[in-house]
Amino acid sequence: MTHMRRAIRVAAFGMLCALCAQAGAQAAELDLTIGYLRLEEPAHPVLSGLDPVPARRGIEGAELAISDNQTTGGFLGHSYALDVVSLAPEADVLAAARDMLDKTRVVVLDMTAEAALAVADLAEAKGAILINAANGDAALRGVSCRANLLHTALEDDMAADALMQVLLSKRWTKLAMIVGPTDEDGVRAQTYRQAAQKFGLKIVSEATWTFDSDLRRAASREVPLLTQGFKSHDVVLIADAHDDFARYIEHNTWEPRPVAGGGGLTAVAWAPVIEQWGAAQLQSRFTDLTGRVMTSRDYAAWAAVRAVGEAVTRTGSTEAAVLHDYLLSDGFELAGFQGRPLSFRNWNGQMRQPVPVVNAHAQVAAAPLDGFEHPRNPLDTLGTDQAESECHAFGE
Amino acid sequence: MKVIYAGLLAACLAQPLAAAEIWVSNEKDDTLSVIDIDTLEVIRTLKTGERPRGITFNADFTRLYICASDSNAVQVMDPETGEILFDLPSGEDPEQFVLHPDNRHLWIANENDAVTTVVDVETHKVVTQINVGIEPEGMAVSPDGKTVITTSETTNMAHWIDTESHEIYANTLVDSRPRHAEFVKDGTELWVSSEIGGTVSVFDAADQSEIGKIHFEIKGVHPDLIQPVGFELTPDQKTAFVALGPANHIAVVNTETLEVEDYILTGRRVWHMAFSPDHRLLFTTNGVSGDVTVIDVAKREAIKSIKVGRFPWGAVMRP
Repeated sequence: MTHMRRAIRVAAFGMLCALCAQAGAQAAELDLTIGYLRLEEPAHPVLSGLDPVPARRGIEGAELAISDNQTTGGFLGHSYALDVVSLAPEADVLAAARDMLDKTRVVVLDMTAEAALAVADLAEAKGAILINAANGDAALRGVSCRANLLHTALEDDMAADALMQVLLSKRWTKLAMIVGPTDEDGVRAQTYRQAAQKFGLKIVSEATWTFDSDLRRAASREVPLLTQGFKSHDVVLIADAHDDFARYIEHNTWEPRPVAGGGGLTAVAWAPVIEQWGAAQLQSRFTDLTGRVMTSRDYAAWAAVRAVGEAVTRTGSTEAAVLHDYLLSDGFELAGFQGRPLSFRNWNGQMRQPVPVVNAHAQVAAAPLDGFEHPRNPLDTLGTDQAESECHAFGE
Repeated sequence: MKVIYAGLLAACLAQPLAAAEIWVSNEKDDTLSVIDIDTLEVIRTLKTGERPRGITFNADFTRLYICASDSNAVQVMDPETGEILFDLPSGEDPEQFVLHPDNRHLWIANENDAVTTVVDVETHKVVTQINVGIEPEGMAVSPDGKTVITTSETTNMAHWIDTESHEIYANTLVDSRPRHAEFVKDGTELWVSSEIGGTVSVFDAADQSEIGKIHFEIKGVHPDLIQPVGFELTPDQKTAFVALGPANHIAVVNTETLEVEDYILTGRRVWHMAFSPDHRLLFTTNGVSGDVTVIDVAKREAIKSIKVGRFPWGAVMRP
């Protein structure tokens, strides 16, 4: 067979494969290196030292997924490698991205929204698959979206919507919100306001967190005063983007009220308390590999690398264009240990995923809840829907 | 006519304890519930190791094998006394298994280890371990005993293992998260259910080619929640009953056309099932609601729900 004929056959095969799950089993040998590029975040000072951020958060999720891909690939003649580059906060992320894109066309990004956007706009990134596994920024999925940038990280709006669905289902509809002092806290508060409005909940009072004393000593005196002035409310909602003060609010409020958003009840991509739908298996594989529990960042990185692996398995290709098309097609689905298949929204590249709503000890609910319906998929009741989306980079 | 009835009656009286039973493993209670098929009541509750899931009897029903997943053992129970006689080595986290037609070798899926373990129940020794995909679960053996299937949930494959050489001779991709496999129609076909894919794949056992796929659709239930898990076929092999997990229904499938003929409402998150000896009743385990639904097979409707332990999982019949 000539090279030309072979090339044609392989191309046709790639197209057909999306329709034909069986085909991957006969695919030729393939090698794929997936890049993982991290721009480390400067540590944000927080009141409590109880929950240190794991040094290799995210990276280890990707490592587990590579080993999952590798096991599957072993039966098909496919092999996978992970190329991890982790940069200090002040490093030249664009230079590192160029180097990486020279070696591989599939890169997981673990960095700020601004940096992710700059990487996506590199000439070298054209036609590549970049997967944001770290950032929930709405603009990245909206006005600033890029066709070469997919997102397995939970969109902030998805988390806020999930929380509101749970509060509404409990008829806890009057919310009093405490907003932290940072810009990020302000953004989160605005996300909560929009989500509350979307689901018909009411934020009846707001207070700004300004205390700079050590709350480990003072929470029992200061929090009652802060919350005493709230109008009649069902829940205290906390906008604390850095996990700074929220943990000191619960059980210190003036009225005996549940706390949500930070501390108390939170909507997350993943948490150690998730055990249903086979999640216990993923948790234990992760802990065996790393010696720690799996965080939302690890889950997003795991999902990114597994999604690519699944696309390679099903298409029998490592071509970025083939994988990109398949990831965004109706045929793609990833079993993500959450009871529903995960897929990508083809209008903005965001991964559809159930959103667990948890407390420290157990999963309370999984959004979308029963009764929140959507003509396409109940998962699309979470986050920015197609009709409201300001993203046009993915075409119609 | 009367003579025949009298003869039957005499046979029954001679074996007062012969009422058939359905044995159910309760994953989160570390117990088995034994249901009397005549009275449809739980008549015994028996302690097991931690997290019992797959259960199966030996050929003459004198031993029950139990995958005690969190005890990392297969336990062997005397079903008369309910006593655990001994543990078999099983590899880590045994979830499901099949007993080879030789009545001697258990083939066990080790969910946490990505291996299939073969254990000799007479010598109590591990014969071999075979590397398979991630989170192996579904296990099936061909009627001639030559092939064992392991399905792996995260690798999304059925692995075809030669029972003589212990080598995998074929791997077939299925839809996401395969859970259960069975050889049907005298071993000519292999069926594999895919929980997240929402399908049952049908393979020609001779050449491992996919020859069909069963799809499901229930009005008012989003396709994502229709998650096929366990299934059983009637003795004539013409009708299959497929448990659909959180869709809370059993699908009744025509095995020739692969079309669904009916859906039967069950308890919540329906997992696995077992027939009564006469195949007139079907018993389904419902994980979330903690009960067993009894289905009248001819009428295709649920007639009773029986409370068992927490998270009932496996079900087997004892005549």
